[in-house]
Amino acid sequence: MKNIPLRENVMDQEEKHHVLSYAQLGAVLAVLLVLTGITVGVSYVHLGFLNVPVALAIACTKVTFVLMFFMHLKYEGPIIVISFLSTVAFLMIMIGFTFWDVAFR
Amino acid sequence: MSARIDETGIKIGMWLFLYSEIILFGGLFVLYAVYFHEYPEHFAVGGKELDRIIGAINTVVLLVSSFTVAASITAIQRDARKHTIGLLLFSIFCGFIFLINKYFEWGAKIHHDIFPNSETLVNGEPGLNIFFGLYYVITGLHGLHVIIGMILLSVSLALVLMGKVNKSRFAMLDNSGLYWHLVDLIWIFVFPLFYLVL
Repeated sequence: MKNIPLRENVMDQEEKHHVLSYAQLGAVLAVLLVLTGITVGVSYVHLGFLNVPVALAIACTKVTFVLMFFMHLKYEGPIIVISFLSTVAFLMIMIGFTFWDVAFR
Repeated sequence: MSARIDETGIKIGMWLFLYSEIILFGGLFVLYAVYFHEYPEHFAVGGKELDRIIGAINTVVLLVSSFTVAASITAIQRDARKHTIGLLLFSIFCGFIFLINKYFEWGAKIHHDIFPNSETLVNGEPGLNIFFGLYYVITGLHGLHVIIGMILLSVSLALVLMGKVNKSRFAMLDNSGLYWHLVDLIWIFVFPLFYLVL
């Protein structure tokens, strides 16, 4: 990936937008389609206990690509990045504590 | 410029709304996870009832439409208005395809007497009842989001046609795009959890 132009012009009236080319977006789509193929393929293989973690790991990888490139998170400023990560952290706490309760009940 | 437009502020506002959506669906996924922990066999049986081919087709449809929405934002920034319009029309069309697939999928389930409060589910295994209850709630809420996303994309398309969304001002299209990608994000988790559980 190209280097992100650092925020030289942030103080200007016009803020710089990072424009992803069609080719870059197409490459992201190709990765997402391949991962979808893998997740469907893997679902036919019986991995027992590992099935759910593998499916979720692939889903998380896909989501990361969508967030970084389609949703431009890679090119956003610190406020959006930090607040997004806080939301994910909160979600983790919610899921983690619920399981803590369910697993040791 | 007489009134300065705070583009960063507009974007932060949209993201704050998206966080609330993430927590909304996150809560439903927690519910799914806990009941999956309780009834793993029934969830596997329920998952096999769902057509993974239709699920995979819908995944591809949403991924492609996410790509075309992202590309439409690239197009508007390059002042390629015709590309933007074409890409948006195609994205909205993908939304329709998704909903039509969903209609046939739900229709087939309902035809087999599998819907909330149906005889088969109420008198059957509680695990299956919960699986299909969650299936209808989560895919239904997701379907509602697809419809809202299509409305937002249509409004953006109308504003592009009127010239109100253009190279220098495209926050509406940008935010509609973010919403559409969120719909895609949620589906990326719904698909393996419901269609691919074993």
